[in-house]
Amino acid sequence: MDAFPDGLIAVVKRDCPTCVTAAPALREIAAQAGPVMVLCQDDPSFPEGVIVTDERELERSYHLKIEIVPTLIRMTGGRETGRAIGWNRDEWRRLTGVKTLGEGLPENRPGCGAINIEPEHEARLAIRFGQTGLHSRRIALGPLEDDIEACYDRGWSDGLPIVPPTEERVLRMLAGTIRSPREIIGHVPPNLAECTVEKVTVNAVMAGCKPEYMPVVLAAVEAALIEKFCMHGLLCTTYFSGPMMIVNGPVRRAIGMNSGGNVLGQGNRANAAIGRTLQLVIRNIGGGRPGEIDKSALGNPGKYTYCFAEDEEGSDWEPLSVERGVAPGVSAVTLFAADGMQGLADQQSREPHSLARSFAAALRVVSHPKSVMAADAFMIIGPEHGRVFREAGWTKANLKEELHGLLRIPVRELLRGAGGMAEGLLPIPGMEDRILPKFRKDGLNIVRAGGGAGMFSAIIAGWAASGEMGSTPVTKEVNG
Amino acid sequence: MSNQRILLDPTAESAPVDRPRLARPDKLEGLRVGLLDISKPRGDVFLDRVDELLTGLGVTVSRYKKPTFTRVAPVDLLQKISAECDVVVEGLAD
Repeated sequence: MDAFPDGLIAVVKRDCPTCVTAAPALREIAAQAGPVMVLCQDDPSFPEGVIVTDERELERSYHLKIEIVPTLIRMTGGRETGRAIGWNRDEWRRLTGVKTLGEGLPENRPGCGAINIEPEHEARLAIRFGQTGLHSRRIALGPLEDDIEACYDRGWSDGLPIVPPTEERVLRMLAGTIRSPREIIGHVPPNLAECTVEKVTVNAVMAGCKPEYMPVVLAAVEAALIEKFCMHGLLCTTYFSGPMMIVNGPVRRAIGMNSGGNVLGQGNRANAAIGRTLQLVIRNIGGGRPGEIDKSALGNPGKYTYCFAEDEEGSDWEPLSVERGVAPGVSAVTLFAADGMQGLADQQSREPHSLARSFAAALRVVSHPKSVMAADAFMIIGPEHGRVFREAGWTKANLKEELHGLLRIPVRELLRGAGGMAEGLLPIPGMEDRILPKFRKDGLNIVRAGGGAGMFSAIIAGWAASGEMGSTPVTKEVNG
Repeated sequence: MSNQRILLDPTAESAPVDRPRLARPDKLEGLRVGLLDISKPRGDVFLDRVDELLTGLGVTVSRYKKPTFTRVAPVDLLQKISAECDVVVEGLAD
């Protein structure tokens, strides 16, 4: 592109009523103020009566950083020395030196948005003129390659189609975060590969995210990289588990996450795409792939995506994030090394002791009926079960205390051979009459979610290596 | 605008962009070898001779034929070959 000539430059579009209002002034300027370059973004025949430069390619507008039309610019010695945005008669008179400019026109009219900053154009222009700031390697597709098949062929997919990560899509996705694409947010196992905001963004595009999901996605990746979450071991284990994500705080509603009906199922874009992004980050950036370093014997369906929001509005209990130390009203992501879901139906209990006993009986079998202090668990309590506790005035702490009391198991029931099952603890002399808790301290967590009809809850069993020997749940606040 | 489509690499970029071919086996012993005739003239002459040499070496050989060289192989033929063979030799020209 040639340098801008000295003199005046006006950027307009016919679709803008203020530009139409200012058109007579542009004709006066052309006649009285010397050279003026009129750039029209949508119609080179507008305005009539002056020489118009076709600006439908928007290149000059991009370089001049035009945001509003009309914009009038004074160039002197190759530099910009003045700019008027919108129509303001006095400003235009000062900038042009035409003292009688715009007689009979209104004094002031705000302009309209310029076409070059409309989202579909802004990313395209940045790519075309080489100012994307993106550093990822460019992969050129062959002329006969199908975009989506090409992504499969390169091993980037979890098995379902992904959105091809074009530069335009990645740039639009980056608009969802205030963080620099170059910022390193950690090292992703198993390869401990450097993970930039940009690389996460590329994977967020592929997973189907919208830009406004990015703060949650970034918090989730950061949480997964906290050492005590043990993402490396969780990825490599032969066990069923993978990361499950629970989102709290105002961001849930802001981005339209589901905490209600079918909360663990399909159908909500934010839940699906955010959870999927974390798995794609581990696969593509970390290099963690099933059959290679991911040695899970059976896996679980949540290893495609496993992400939901807590139903804070429908709950009288403190949200999970608050229980874990995050201030009320602050959004946060909690990760748990989770297996699949076990449903729990109790349609008869109307008082809390009975319902707690049903929960305890179902929790007893997590990992194995004889397994103690190994796997953590999350309970997701549905609204109708939640009502039973609310009507009885039980807090979450009351329920946890009751469950821990009910889940104290005599060692003799846990020994190898007990109940005709070879699995179990090796006998330790003097221990036979002891009682052991099913869950380690802090090993049982409770959240609220689900649809309004049905006396159902769900148990999410955790990795058999929960706690200090393996993975501990982690919580990260959502920031920009 | 150019028609070439560019994607951004979602990986840690530790592998080259050009994907390597599968490694060739060092020896044919114990492998199942398929000979694919694509229906080009005299492809059968070439493959008959390859068959004779491989069979003479004690290698197990299976024969396959595409209906026409002008089109890609039918899916059921591709699946049959991939299920029954470790290595495939095909005669590509007249």
